[in-house]
Amino acid sequence: MIKPMRKLSSRFALILLAMAALLAGPVAAQSLNVDIVGGLKTATPIVVVPFAQQGGTPLPTDVADVIRNDFNRSGKFRALAKSDIVEQPSRGADIKFATWRLLKQDYITVGRIIDAGGGMLRVEYELWDVNKQQSLLAQAFTAPAGDLRGVAHQIADQIYQKITGVRGAFWTRIAYITAVGLGDHTTYSLIVADSDGYNPQVVARSKESLLSPAWSPDGKKIAYVSFESGNSNIYVQDITTGSRQLVESHPRGINGAPAWSPDGTKLAVALSFAGNLNIYVLDLATRKETRLTTNNLAINTEPVWAPDGQSIYFTSDRSGQPQIYQIPATGGSAQRITFQGQNNAKAAVSYDGKQLAMVQGNGNVYRIAIMDRSLGDQVRFLSPGPLDDSPSFAPNASMLLYAATDGRRGVLYAVSNDGLVRQRLVLADGNVQEPAWGPYRQR
Amino acid sequence: MNKTVRVALVALLCVGAAACTKKQEVKPQQPAPEPAAQTQAPVSNGKYTPADLTTDACLRQRVVYFDFNKTEIKPEFQQIMACHAKYLQDRPTAQVRLEGNTDERGTREYNLGLGERRGNAVSSALQADGASASQLSVISYGKEKPVCREHNEDCWSKNRRVEIVYTAE
Repeated sequence: MIKPMRKLSSRFALILLAMAALLAGPVAAQSLNVDIVGGLKTATPIVVVPFAQQGGTPLPTDVADVIRNDFNRSGKFRALAKSDIVEQPSRGADIKFATWRLLKQDYITVGRIIDAGGGMLRVEYELWDVNKQQSLLAQAFTAPAGDLRGVAHQIADQIYQKITGVRGAFWTRIAYITAVGLGDHTTYSLIVADSDGYNPQVVARSKESLLSPAWSPDGKKIAYVSFESGNSNIYVQDITTGSRQLVESHPRGINGAPAWSPDGTKLAVALSFAGNLNIYVLDLATRKETRLTTNNLAINTEPVWAPDGQSIYFTSDRSGQPQIYQIPATGGSAQRITFQGQNNAKAAVSYDGKQLAMVQGNGNVYRIAIMDRSLGDQVRFLSPGPLDDSPSFAPNASMLLYAATDGRRGVLYAVSNDGLVRQRLVLADGNVQEPAWGPYRQR
Repeated sequence: MNKTVRVALVALLCVGAAACTKKQEVKPQQPAPEPAAQTQAPVSNGKYTPADLTTDACLRQRVVYFDFNKTEIKPEFQQIMACHAKYLQDRPTAQVRLEGNTDERGTREYNLGLGERRGNAVSSALQADGASASQLSVISYGKEKPVCREHNEDCWSKNRRVEIVYTAE
């Protein structure tokens, strides 16, 4: 169950202010809020000392700040607030461990940024175990100043993995749709941003609705639905070059709900050109469509592949209300797998296939629920509702993104998998919806 | 135009239109004729003409509303189905786009399906009343084009609709 939101402690209020200050910079179109929801006592305490800068002009990014915010968002770590960092060593040899033991910190990260010439910076950092006074990590990155946020996220990923044993997913990207303006004057944009909402880039823009963005497994393309030509059509767009292909455009009926196969060669889609909305598999090389579901009365949509590529989960209301079903990826009979709650829709699958996130509706309340396939399909709620939508797992399943309605406005939340820490992503003007968390990035 | 005619006209335009309020002091002198006769322009053969789309009280109604998660056409909309079907029969070159919409509850893609199902229900009803399938197309906007943005049933009921749009009169 979700506990009521706790009043922000002064420590987190400070983080909030620090983030707000950062946002006055290049990302003026968005603002971020951090809402902390209970459960922090279980998080691991860690110090991230401000990185010392050796020479050069002031940097656009406070690397330690970015790392701290990543940790706090994850729910797994509790980063000591910058204002409580009483000493600022930049090398392991200078750490006075007694100080940090007194402050009840388990780990400490120190680092320094060195001008490497030619506009490049060398970022060195060390991770130490406070109690054992033992070095755990000592690494360096060389990058242009404009990529310091990326470096910070990669450092956070390495530390996260070292301590938890799970690969970090901070250095990833998210996609979402924004709708700005009212009625006929609405502009829809498909945006790609860093996992913390920074560096938003417009991938596609339309005067008509955009929805259902889906990342290709290599993170290079996004499939999405656009109404720009009147009807719903499916496009695949290269996010680096901007080039795109129209892959589904039956003039009759819906062309919707694209989902990539794990090998990136196929899209599962929902099409109704034949009369009823059914799931098809589109081979992207041959453009051959294979019909998967054979039901002729129900709505069958929102397909998503199991990570092994062997089966596809989808939403169907063949039993009266929408529920999640599973069908072999080569066709066959569909099995209903959700039985709790009035209705369940839009499944998302964790990388290991063990968890299924979905939108569960009971009465007028729609919340994100997680069904654990490895725990006898036990269901728990991740969000409070009332109109939550579009769950999407981080590639390591440690966090999820989902869309919510806050008053009249569509907002995004990033939430830890245990539901204990939530971060709200609000667009300064308009609605933000349909989030999709991208795959791991390749260096 | 004398007073009696004017009063009768106002009354005729109000037939079937929920928004009309009756004035107390005036009453129509004669019962309302059949929908096909509710025209300002004289019609010789009893067939609708494009002018009727703006003047006929029944044809002017272009929105069909639905119950939550339902696609059945409610009895109060049967008359609208009948007059639009008759128009399409009278005007074989006329074309209609049926735009299906839903309220905000539920996921976007599922609502696309639900909006299409509502559009199909209206299409079937029009065909049952005599329209030709070739005159009808269905598009679903799901919950993408709400006419009302509050989070309550009053608003939701306005959004669960099929809009009848004449693309050729």
